Amino acid sequence: MKEDQALRNDTIARRAASSAKERLVLIGNGMAGMNAIEQLLKLAPSRYEITVFGNEPHPNYNRIMLSYVLEGSKTMEDIILHPLAWYEENGITLHTGTAITHIDTNGHVVYTEDGMAHSYDKLIIATGSNPIILPIPGADKEGVIGFRDIADCQAMLQASAVYRKAAVIGGGLLGLEAAKGLVQLGMETTVVHLMPHLMERQLDPQASIMLKAELERQGIRFLLEKQTNELVGDARVQALRFGDGTELEADLVIMAAGIRPNIKVAENSGIHTGRGIVVDDYMQTSAPDVYAVGECTEHRGVCYGLVAPLFEQGQVLAKRLGGVDTAPYEGSFTSTKLKISGVDVFSAGIFQDSPELTVLRKQDDWKGTYKKLLLRDKTIVGGVLFGDVSDSAVMNQWVRSQAVMTEALYEEFMGTASGGKSPMDRIAAMPDDEIVCGCNGVSKGHIVQAIHEHGLSTLDEIKACTKATNSCGGCKGTVENILQYTLGDQYQAAGAAAGICDCTKLGRDEVVEAIRSKQLTTVKEVMHVLEWSHPEGCSKCRPAINYFLHMVWPGIHEEEPDSRFVNERLNANIQKDGTYTVIPRMYAGVTTPEELKRIADAAVKYNVGMVKVTGGSRIDLVGVKKEDLPDIWADLDMPSGYGYAKALRTVKTCVGSLYCRFGTQDSVNMGVRLEKMFERLDMPAKLKMAVNGCPRNCAESCTKDVGIVGNDGGWELYVGGNGGIKPRLAELLCKVQSDDELVEIIAAFVQYYREHASYLERTSDWVERTGIEAIRAAVVDDMAKRLELNARIQAALATVSEPWSKVINNPQTRRELYGNTTIG
Amino acid sequence: MKLQSETTEYTYHTLGSLKEFPLRIGRKIVMEGIELAVFRTTDDRLYALENRNPHPKGGTLAEGIVSGHDLYDPLYNVRIDLQTGKAYAPDEGAARSYPVRIEGNQVQVGLPK
Repeated sequence: MKEDQALRNDTIARRAASSAKERLVLIGNGMAGMNAIEQLLKLAPSRYEITVFGNEPHPNYNRIMLSYVLEGSKTMEDIILHPLAWYEENGITLHTGTAITHIDTNGHVVYTEDGMAHSYDKLIIATGSNPIILPIPGADKEGVIGFRDIADCQAMLQASAVYRKAAVIGGGLLGLEAAKGLVQLGMETTVVHLMPHLMERQLDPQASIMLKAELERQGIRFLLEKQTNELVGDARVQALRFGDGTELEADLVIMAAGIRPNIKVAENSGIHTGRGIVVDDYMQTSAPDVYAVGECTEHRGVCYGLVAPLFEQGQVLAKRLGGVDTAPYEGSFTSTKLKISGVDVFSAGIFQDSPELTVLRKQDDWKGTYKKLLLRDKTIVGGVLFGDVSDSAVMNQWVRSQAVMTEALYEEFMGTASGGKSPMDRIAAMPDDEIVCGCNGVSKGHIVQAIHEHGLSTLDEIKACTKATNSCGGCKGTVENILQYTLGDQYQAAGAAAGICDCTKLGRDEVVEAIRSKQLTTVKEVMHVLEWSHPEGCSKCRPAINYFLHMVWPGIHEEEPDSRFVNERLNANIQKDGTYTVIPRMYAGVTTPEELKRIADAAVKYNVGMVKVTGGSRIDLVGVKKEDLPDIWADLDMPSGYGYAKALRTVKTCVGSLYCRFGTQDSVNMGVRLEKMFERLDMPAKLKMAVNGCPRNCAESCTKDVGIVGNDGGWELYVGGNGGIKPRLAELLCKVQSDDELVEIIAAFVQYYREHASYLERTSDWVERTGIEAIRAAVVDDMAKRLELNARIQAALATVSEPWSKVINNPQTRRELYGNTTIG
Repeated sequence: MKLQSETTEYTYHTLGSLKEFPLRIGRKIVMEGIELAVFRTTDDRLYALENRNPHPKGGTLAEGIVSGHDLYDPLYNVRIDLQTGKAYAPDEGAARSYPVRIEGNQVQVGLPK
C-alpha cells in the first residue's frame, strides 16, 4: 500500500537519522518482559534503544513476593526488581501508568490509550494475565478483588485493618498464599474451592488431604466442593451464596479462581490468539517483528501460570533478539512450592494416578511426609512430594530427562540407598540451565560461571553477584551445594575452620593459640605478628581479637576502646537516630520503690523518648542523647545493666519459693547470686540466664544459654538454648542437689564457653557443634577440670569493674567519647 | 563527580588541638551548624566527614571502627574511605568530605564559604 510504504520509508529515514540502534518496544513492565530485557542487555547491550510501557504505576517488581508483602515480612520496596534508577542507568525509557491499546503491525507503531504513537523495529508483548473474576452477580461490589498486583495487596492490607472476615475463592496455589497472608493479618479466612481437593492441578488427593490438614492447623478454614453463585451485600460485599443454598459471611472476597492471559492488545491488532497469544518456539507471534513472552503467551497449546517458564522463554527470546544462536523453546516442566505457609509441596510432570501408570508411593504420617513417583512402563513421567521437598531437584531432573527407573533410582527414591546419593552427585547431575533460584531466575550454569569468573567463595558473594538466595532464601541449601561442588578442595563451609575474617587465613583456635604461645598482648601486636593482610584489621576481627586478649590475659590486657563496637565502647545501645538507651542493673528482675523513683526522675529530667520494660526484666530508658549519658548515669547511681554487651545480660527469674505456692526452690535469690557473680565479664557473645523455682518454667529456661529449673530434690541445669533468629531448646547438662554445686558447674560451663567458642558464637551454636557430651565430660564429670575452670573464671571476674562510674570519674574519657562539642 | 576542592572555596575553622583527638576514635563536632565526624588515623592524619551515613537509612558515622584510612560505620557496617567519604562496593554513595589541615598543633577544617 502506498501509504504504508510512505510510512515505512519515513520510519526508515527517521531511524537512519537518529542512532544506529534498532528500536525495541516492550509492552508490559512485569517479570517476564523485564527478565527478557535483562538477559538481552547481557548479550547485546547496545543493539537496541529500548522503551517500556507498563500499565501499573510501579517499576518492575517481583509479583511472587507479594505474598510476603501481604503477610508483612517484606515491604513494597524490598520486592522491587528494577528500581527507576536502573532504567535510567541502562538508557531505557519507561512509561508507567500507560497502557497500549493497539498495534499497527504493518506500520510498526504502537498506540497508547491517550492516542500517542510510538514506532518500533521489534516489539515484545508481555502483558501477563488477569485474574478471572467470576461472572456472578455481585462481583462488582466493593471488597471484591483479585490477588495480582500491588494495588490488590494494598486493598487487602487496608481491609484487614477494618474488617474481620475474608473469603478466598479458589484453593489453588495463589488462593492458598492469599489466605495465609490474610490469616497473618488477623482476618478470619475461609478458602472456598469448587473441587473436592486443594491444588488439584499440582497435587494428587493424598497430598491434598495432608496439605489441608496442615493449613487448617495454621488457621485457614476450608469449604470444599462449593460453587459460588452470587456475592450479596449492599455497596460492599457481605456474604457469598453457594449453589447448595448455604452462605458464608465475608467483608473481603479474593478472586483466586484462576488467571487468563491478557491478550486484549493482540486481539485488537489482528495478532493470532488462542487462549493466549500464540507463539512459536522462538517466541515469535503471527505478526512480523512482534514477539511475546510470559503468561500472556500460548506455546504448543500451553499457557503457563508459574515463574520458571518465563525465565526460560525470556532466555530464548533474548538470544533471538540479540542475534545469538539458540535452541528452540520446547516448553517447560512445571513444579511448584508453597512458600509462605512454610509447607513444602512439590510436583512435576504427570502426578495423577491412572490405570496405565505404575505408582511408587511412600507415606509417613509420623513425619508428615508423602512422596510419589509415576512411571509409564519404566520411564519416570511425574512425581509428588509433600512435607520434605529436599529431593525436588532430583525428581525434577528425572521427570525432565524422562529417566528410566532402575534399582539404584528406586533405592534413592525410597530412601533406602545404603550409599545414598550425596548432594554432590545431585549437583553433578543437575543440568546447567536448570533454574536454581526461582524467585530471581538464576540457573546453575549462571552461578557456576559467576563463581569461576569472579572468584566467589561464599554464599553472600554469590547473592551479591547473581541475586540467587536474595529473595525467599529457599534455594540456599542448593546454592551452598553448588558452591561446594564447584570449588572442590577450595571450599570452606561457613562455620568450619576458615579464617576469622578476610584479613587472615588463621582460624579462631590458631589465633588464640598464637596469643598464648607468642605472648601477644595488644590487638596491634596480634595483627602485626600474625601478618594480617590489612594492617589494622576490619570490623570483624578487631573486636574479636580484643575479646581473645581479654580472655587469655585477664587483668593484663588493657582495654582497647577503638577496637570495640560502638555499644560496648560507649556502654549504651545506639539507636537508629543516634540516641542511646540506658538500662540500669536490676538483679533477677527485682527492684525497689526507691530505685523506681530514681529511674522515673531521670526519665523526666532527661526527657527520654520512651520508658520500656525489656525482655530481660528491667527498665530501659530509650532515646538518650550521647552527651547526656554520663549525667544520667550519675543521677541514677545504679550500675550498668550491660544491655548492650557481649557479656551476661540478665538472669530472668520467677517468684519461686519466696512467695509462690508452687515454688520448690528460691529462684529469686539464686538469680541474684548468679547475676552478681557473672556480671561485667567479657564473653564471646551475649549470655542470657534464667532460674525457675519449678518445672512450670515461668521464666522460660528452655530458650536460655543457661537455664535452671528447680525441683524438690535440687536443680536441673540446661544449656545452649536460644530464643532468637534460630530458636533452640536448651539441653540438659546435669542435675545437682546443692546451690553451691549448681553455681560451680555453671561457672565451669561459662568459662569453658569463653575459652572455646568463636567470637559472636552463641552457646546454642557452640553446644550444637561441640556436643553436650563433650561439654558434660569437661565441666561436670571431670572434677579437676571443673575446679581449674572455676579458678580461671574467678581470676577473670576479679578484674572487671563498673563502667559507668569509670566514665563519670574520668573527664578525658567523657570529653573524647561522649562530648558534645559545638563550635561556631 | 567533581571534587569539592577543585572549585569550592573554603574557610578554615579551628576544631581544637591535635591531642584532643584520640587515635582511631571519631569525634562528633558541630561547626558552623554542620555536624562533622572527625577521625584521627594511626599515622596522625585527620579526616572530617559530614556525620551522615551514605547508607539509605542514614545515621551517624562518628562512632565507627577505624582501620587504616577506612571506617566501618556503627549502624550498618558500611565500609567508607575516609579520604573521599565514598562507600566501598557493594554499597553506594558518599558522605560529604571536608579538607582538614594542621596549623601548628591546631586541627582546622575547611568549610565552604
